[in-house]
Amino acid sequence: MSIINVTNLRKLYGEFEAVKGISFSIEQGEVFGLLGPNGAGKTSTINMMIGLSRPTSGHIRIDGIDAIKDIKKVQKIIGVIPDENNLYGEMDGFDNLCFCASLYGMRKAEREKRAIQLLEQFDLTKAGNRLFKTYSKGMKRKLTIAAGIIHNPKILFLDEPTTGIDVESARQIRELILNLKKQGKTIFITTHYLEEAQRLCDRIAFIVNGKIVKIGTVDELMEDMEAGHKIKLQLGSSIKGMKEALENNFSDCRVEMPDENSCLIISKEPIALYPILEFLNSKGISVYEAKQIKPSLEDVFVKITGTSLKTKKERVEK
Amino acid sequence: METAIAFWNILRKDIKNYYLKPPNISWGIIFPLSWTLMQLIRSQGNIEIIDLLPGLMAMSVLFGTTSMLAVTITFERRGRSFDRLLIAPISVSTLVLAKILGAIIFGIINAFIPVVFAAFFINLSGINWAAVVIAVILIAATCALLGLLIAISAKEVFEAQTFSNFFRFPMLFLCGLFIPIEKLPAVLKPISFCLPLTYGTDILNGAITGSSIFNAVFNIFIMLVFVVLLFYLCHKNIRKKWIL
Ligand SMILES: Nc1ncnc2c1ncn2[C@@H]1O[C@H](COP(=O)(O)OP(=O)(O)O)[C@@H](O)[C@H]1O
Ligand SMILES: [Mg+2]
Repeated sequence: MSIINVTNLRKLYGEFEAVKGISFSIEQGEVFGLLGPNGAGKTSTINMMIGLSRPTSGHIRIDGIDAIKDIKKVQKIIGVIPDENNLYGEMDGFDNLCFCASLYGMRKAEREKRAIQLLEQFDLTKAGNRLFKTYSKGMKRKLTIAAGIIHNPKILFLDEPTTGIDVESARQIRELILNLKKQGKTIFITTHYLEEAQRLCDRIAFIVNGKIVKIGTVDELMEDMEAGHKIKLQLGSSIKGMKEALENNFSDCRVEMPDENSCLIISKEPIALYPILEFLNSKGISVYEAKQIKPSLEDVFVKITGTSLKTKKERVEK
Repeated sequence: METAIAFWNILRKDIKNYYLKPPNISWGIIFPLSWTLMQLIRSQGNIEIIDLLPGLMAMSVLFGTTSMLAVTITFERRGRSFDRLLIAPISVSTLVLAKILGAIIFGIINAFIPVVFAAFFINLSGINWAAVVIAVILIAATCALLGLLIAISAKEVFEAQTFSNFFRFPMLFLCGLFIPIEKLPAVLKPISFCLPLTYGTDILNGAITGSSIFNAVFNIFIMLVFVVLLFYLCHKNIRKKWIL
């Protein structure tokens, strides 16, 4: 049985429909990713599931409890890491953790033990008695995550856990998420980083403009891409005008030329390289490199949703 | 038990982080004290300290409580840390109680600071202390709830400040703290009787100087009605405005 069931969930902000009737279920112990560009409705969805926002319509069941009627019961067994690091700036790391634990009714000795243990685990022991507001972004993020798991929740909600932090902290956080999965936690994660979803999630839902357009395992999602093979050749000289000759000689293949000194051989069947190399050699063209091109999950996303995950700014930076 | 732990820790955190910070302590003390000095100097000795005491106590609570809660909650809302309280497994009522209790305690302590000062100059033995304590608690509770109501409407800290001043400065003049209600212009009197502080101050006047408009039981009853009404309004508005 699924531990989370969401059906026809909708959210209107005034006239604007941010979440347009989405449905999905999550199995116990699964890492489920909601992947979509900024403004797709990820945070709106998470906020409805944790009780920070009221759904316009639809149903949410979490661990057998109606999460819209009995949200306070659900809140006992979930941990939330919000998109913003929202701990108390005027309190130190240790006090922040202890305070968060107390909200879940943990006793003093128990919460202090957990806080020390988490600070250690997140490499923050030295920063434990420093004010939260003096932390770097990555440290803030890690402490926010620690605060979200201090009461040992059965189900975790993480809203963009690694957005906007340094590479090393992001790596530590991903490792931690995989560790939590090993402990048997069910994890709901939103992200607009494809690699992250691919690395962490058992199943991924693509969300665009408030709608889930596709749900599946990474493998299932990849199947959607044109099944086939693609090889890129790096050439010593131009093969302008040889596209037809190549395609006539190798009738299974399609040839594309992204630029003058390289070409793409595309085929449904595995491509035998030797005949092609020999052919080119006989025409006096040297081949310096042959590389298999695999479609990325990014290609799948673009193909299915018709939009890119990256914002314009991020594309320019790349 | 779990609720009690959460409740106590929210209260303790607020006291430690906000109420025990020097700027906040001084605001609740310096303003009322300088006001009293001004009154004493202006009246050139025609006024008895004991007559000033009820108004001064009411004012200390009003200034120590209302904006304190409005500002700290708006501040936590802005930094989103308040979301932590909303997603914790504690009911909205528990949360409201924990949040206002800090302000109430702070208000009560503020109220007795002028008493301590006054004790050096005058004889306080004729005062009905039981009535004073009840009045102070009720004034603090209504002022704290008013602060919370302001916090629910304000989006920014400066808005919370402005709203609190918008309420408390008029209350200073309309609730019989320094100008007896009978001396107010007729058009303003009905407004006075819509404000909880009027009844609280009236209890204090009765208990300290012996002259009041209504009897204490009636005043206490009205104050309790205000407390329940304000609590209900806060509870309803939090669910409406904070859980989007
Ligand atoms: N409180 C709100 N009021 C009005 N519109 C909102 C509110 N919160 C989010 N939105 C809008 O809803 C859409 C989805 O937002 P959000 O759920 O935050 O997306 P994501 O987390 O995927 O970036 C956005 O267009 C956003 O502007
Ligand atoms: Mg978001």
